[in-house]
Amino acid sequence: MFDWRWDFVIEIMPRLLWATVNTLIAAGLGFAIALVLGLLFALAQRTPYRAITIIVREIVEFIRSTPLVLQIFFVFFVGPQFGIRLSPWTSGMIAIGLHYAAYLSEVYRAGIDSVPKGQWEACRALNFSTRYTYFNVVIPQALPASLPGMGNYLIGIFKDTPMLSVIGVAELMHTANALGSETYRFLEPYTMVGVIFLLISLPSAAGIRWFEAWVRRSLGMSR
Amino acid sequence: MNFIEFLAEHSPRLLSGTFVTIQQTVLAILLAVTIATVMGLMRLSRNVLIRGFSTCYIEFFRGTSLLVQLYWIFFVLPLFGVTLEKFVAGFVAVGLNLGAYGAEVVRGAIQSVPRGQYEASLALNMSPATRMRRIILPQAILIMIPPWGNLLIELLKATALVSLISVADLMFQSKQINGSTFLSIEAFGSALIIYYIMARLLITPAMRWFERHTARQMGRA
Repeated sequence: MFDWRWDFVIEIMPRLLWATVNTLIAAGLGFAIALVLGLLFALAQRTPYRAITIIVREIVEFIRSTPLVLQIFFVFFVGPQFGIRLSPWTSGMIAIGLHYAAYLSEVYRAGIDSVPKGQWEACRALNFSTRYTYFNVVIPQALPASLPGMGNYLIGIFKDTPMLSVIGVAELMHTANALGSETYRFLEPYTMVGVIFLLISLPSAAGIRWFEAWVRRSLGMSR
Repeated sequence: MNFIEFLAEHSPRLLSGTFVTIQQTVLAILLAVTIATVMGLMRLSRNVLIRGFSTCYIEFFRGTSLLVQLYWIFFVLPLFGVTLEKFVAGFVAVGLNLGAYGAEVVRGAIQSVPRGQYEASLALNMSPATRMRRIILPQAILIMIPPWGNLLIELLKATALVSLISVADLMFQSKQINGSTFLSIEAFGSALIIYYIMARLLITPAMRWFERHTARQMGRA
């Protein structure tokens, strides 16, 4: 039968908390990469060249419909075949960044589509360059509409970071596995990992909802 | 070794892995749809206890990571006297997790059935159960099919995690092939392609067909 040992929990907490920091760093880095790449994916689908649109669209679909854990393995093991050695952290961040960039590109796309047509026409009438139109007129207006989706994917990335444990990134799940195999006690490490995830994801989900409402209010948008 | 030779040598393992992945997916879908329907309806209950229970369930499973839940079910539940076989633990974890996401889809779809439909069935003196079964749910199902399509692809992808408790699914087999041959591009690449085919050529068209079929039945095609 099971016996919950608080002294063991206290003993492993410092290591779990350090791993939590790693998990948060991984989620933050992955999200930052995904934000940039996602915008690129979204813009690449809006060029006048149909071939590029179709190719990028298929790439995005491919990334979105295959498992992240498989992509992590792919990035980690394929590099060495070409003589490129990627550390677990680097390949993990590339995989997570790419995976979520595919999701975020849809968020950006929806945001850009929500900018009224008149804005484009006005930019053309004012003879703005395409680059100026995108970065100074369209994207600033598209961002508020994209915020809810982005927030959800930030939490999504956070919850997907345990997959990095499979290639040996020392995040929460990896540390819990290590603790379990060192001490032959799995109850406390795995349970505490679950508790830590809940304690972070529930408040941040609430925080993101509050932040969205705040952005909408301060931009004078209703809904 | 070229790719054709690779496939000739390793396709039996890839195919057997694909078969296990399909089994896991189908069983997890059955569990997830059941849980989503029950929890989604409970979420709309007037009883605070019932509503609270489903809210806790949904927040718990959506708030923690699937991998954590899978490991917990497989490694920790036996300490409580519930030992699941790895195959069962795999699809149960995936089903429980995606069921929580599905419950929100079910709730949203039911809430987006127009108010007038409730009022009309009240005016026709239908009992709440009949109203739900004959009037609300059929319309809600049509609304929830597209989001379910996305969820089912998420579910298919999520089953790749069961390889980590060594269920011999597609992911597991490609890892094994990679381990014995070191042909990473071929091993992981073909698994990626098979997952893509299952998502784009099986799940997506099936959901489109289901949507058209349901719309026709409702006289909306």
